[in-house]
Amino acid sequence: MAEDYVIEMLHITKEFPGIKANDDITLQLKRGEIHALLGENGAGKSTLMSVLFGLYQPEEGVIKKDGKEVRINDPNDANRLGIGMVHQHFKLVECFSVLDNIILGVEDTRNGFLQYASARKKVMELSERYGLRVDPDALISDISVGMQQRVEILKMLYRDNEVLIFDEPTAVLTPQEIDELMEIMRGFKKEGKSILFITHKLAEIMAVADRCSVLRKGKYIGTVDIKGTTAQQLSKMMVGRDVQLTASKKKSVPGETVLSVRDLVVPSRTHSNNAVKGVSFDVRRGEIVCLAGIEGNGQTELIYGITGLEKISSGSVTLCGKDITHSSIRERSSSGMSHIPEDRHKHGLVLDYSLEKNLVLQKFRDPRFQSHGIIKADAVRTYAEGLIERFDIRSGQGPITISRSMSGGNQQKAIIAREIDKDPELLVAVQPTRGLDVGAIEYIHSQLIEERDAGKGVLLVSLELDEVMNLSDRILVMYEGNIVGEFDPAATTVEELGLYMAGARTQERKEA
Amino acid sequence: MKQKKSLAENGMLISILASVISIVVGLLFGFILLMILNPAKAGIGMSAMLTTGFSSMDQFGKVLYQSAPLMLCGLSVGFASKTGMFNIGASGQYTIGAFCALVGAIALQLPWYCCLVLALVGGGVWGIFPGLFKAVFNVNEVITSIMFNWIGMFMVNLLYANMPIMLASAWGASNSDRSAALSAANRGAIIPKAGLDKLFGNSSWINISVFIAILVAVIVWFILEKTTFGYELKACGLNKEASRYAGINANRNIVVSMIIAGGLSGLGGGLYYLAGTIQYVLEKRILSMGFNGIPVSLLANSNPIGTIFSSLFISYIQVGGSAMQPNFSSESTDIIIAVIIYLAAFALLTRGLIVRLLTGRNRKEGKA
Repeated sequence: MAEDYVIEMLHITKEFPGIKANDDITLQLKRGEIHALLGENGAGKSTLMSVLFGLYQPEEGVIKKDGKEVRINDPNDANRLGIGMVHQHFKLVECFSVLDNIILGVEDTRNGFLQYASARKKVMELSERYGLRVDPDALISDISVGMQQRVEILKMLYRDNEVLIFDEPTAVLTPQEIDELMEIMRGFKKEGKSILFITHKLAEIMAVADRCSVLRKGKYIGTVDIKGTTAQQLSKMMVGRDVQLTASKKKSVPGETVLSVRDLVVPSRTHSNNAVKGVSFDVRRGEIVCLAGIEGNGQTELIYGITGLEKISSGSVTLCGKDITHSSIRERSSSGMSHIPEDRHKHGLVLDYSLEKNLVLQKFRDPRFQSHGIIKADAVRTYAEGLIERFDIRSGQGPITISRSMSGGNQQKAIIAREIDKDPELLVAVQPTRGLDVGAIEYIHSQLIEERDAGKGVLLVSLELDEVMNLSDRILVMYEGNIVGEFDPAATTVEELGLYMAGARTQERKEA
Repeated sequence: MKQKKSLAENGMLISILASVISIVVGLLFGFILLMILNPAKAGIGMSAMLTTGFSSMDQFGKVLYQSAPLMLCGLSVGFASKTGMFNIGASGQYTIGAFCALVGAIALQLPWYCCLVLALVGGGVWGIFPGLFKAVFNVNEVITSIMFNWIGMFMVNLLYANMPIMLASAWGASNSDRSAALSAANRGAIIPKAGLDKLFGNSSWINISVFIAILVAVIVWFILEKTTFGYELKACGLNKEASRYAGINANRNIVVSMIIAGGLSGLGGGLYYLAGTIQYVLEKRILSMGFNGIPVSLLANSNPIGTIFSSLFISYIQVGGSAMQPNFSSESTDIIIAVIIYLAAFALLTRGLIVRLLTGRNRKEGKA
């Protein structure tokens, strides 16, 4: 064999009730390469990695390590073979320190006492060698998401893993943190470690990967060298058709004001300062207004204030000329506000409810779905089937699928279907494409533009500048609880926005 | 293989299987305990426990009679848990319910159905407090409901002491440590037997209470599964934040569900004491009936229909346990009953094991 493969997964097939998650998939990882694994949500990436990590047993296929066939029954086996994984949702003990988390499960003990000193030395060495700055004594609950990810990476290094799996590592990071991570990954490559990088962000693959394997609907599509390909080609392999990477839209024709926010002050849950410090702006019919900014600058709280999830301290919110400052969430909803929430698991869905029950989450009191307090199960079913059809929500068992078992993209589609079908005057969408693949993003963008063209007001919060530039008709930049600038996307650049987002510049804004 | 796969996916069947396996394991452990306590009589004791409930119509009548309050306490705990609350206060609500029913019967001379309504209302009122504290001040309902168990019990004792008409001594009996016998105070307050006593060999226990309880279980099931109200309650229990986002008033639902849970326990108290066979004894200890509602509900996985069967089972074991008395002290039968009940309540654990076993076997067969 000419090639030096460190891991080979040959003809892997894994079935779940009603679905073939992996169908004859082959993945070969060369020593010392960064290998991207690309695919839409539900394409089978996570399943394949879970097979490699010993969480699932495949029905067919073999796994080879250094050319020798191995059986991986559980994550401990994977660990012994030098395979480590940073999961998309971190597996950290919140109330433990960084050091405790890193050594958890492989603690060095003498006479039953933990040997912290040697562990600390090893962690600090690794931290320095790879540029992974961490404070070993900080509690996990106190550090940023980016820092938590570094802890996860250090966990793998501490266990001397040589095959590192990154599952959607950039979904939760800021642009700066993403750059840092890319640098760290290149460093690993230099040290001879092999990396499997699961993502659906094409730009990142183009930037850092050597080769890329593509999965689609559980099937293996192919492996390409990054040098000889383009983002466009990759996305075509992934989705199976040509994809519009930039949303096309007509010029917006703003109409009357839908939402009017004046001097809004919202307290913070985490500290004593206000999170939103007197913000004023308008959203008009037929335009997409985008709130840009680095995470944690008050966007979340501003949206909570507007949608009623958090009580505001002062200021006013007006929807279609009606003062809704102190209205309940239900009243806001019936006055024409739809809300695609930031956290689809916390707010968007009752995960243990079936899909159909989630689709009527705000509407179950509608006379269409109940009479005298008794739910019309048939009406709910028919309605859910209609939405599933119209918005192409894919799931194992249709309307009765438990929402928890659906892929992230389809969960988001369900929320969007529900919110758009309310036929709102104002659509508030908070990071609607977070953690989703190209196909789903394209779809969601087109839905938002469609809503705009139908004369609705759209208020979009996004951390991704590409999305901001692409979609919005007007950009408001938030920094430390204030709006520090208003821009026309056609007349500004990403660099200029970046300066405002970082607080380096501020505009004098006249009240709209 | 196809059949087994469908078994692995049949949640209902697995739940029932899990409960049955748990019960069998619990009985085995109970038998081992009997062997340790009194090896010579272990066989007799076990057979007494297992057969007494069916040994005579009279005993079977007792099983049915005792299952009614158990069922309602189980429904109470199960209902609250659907809304994400742990109602450990069923005992206090039950005590208040029983007191209200007896006040209606003895002091106010009301017919039995009015007394049952009073029991329902009394229990419901007692459920408000933990609900309100949780909703308004976010105080853990476990703490408040335990406190209200004691407050309820002592308050009832105090009220009895200050209402001489409620005591047996006011109605021709000599003892003043218990409530008046309904046969002396108000025959109209005794829950009717509707001819069942003839059917059950003149059993003094049997009356229509078990049927009232089953009816309530079906109503609770209907509320939870078929109404918008149940939809809201369960949504709050499963994800409070998402319910809030959807405009559901989660705090209101917490209070309402605790009122209903309290009402169910209270009704259980009414059903137990309005049979005319039992008098309320003034003691400084909390009644165990409310707590027995917890295993009843766990064993049924909080399912209202399952609660009917789990309460019948536990009632059966209890009746059997009291028949073991000559050979075993009442304390040791209590321990054995507790062991059986608590092992039986591991049904959820067993369920997970069964699923893993079945899917594991499927996989191996699929490979071969």
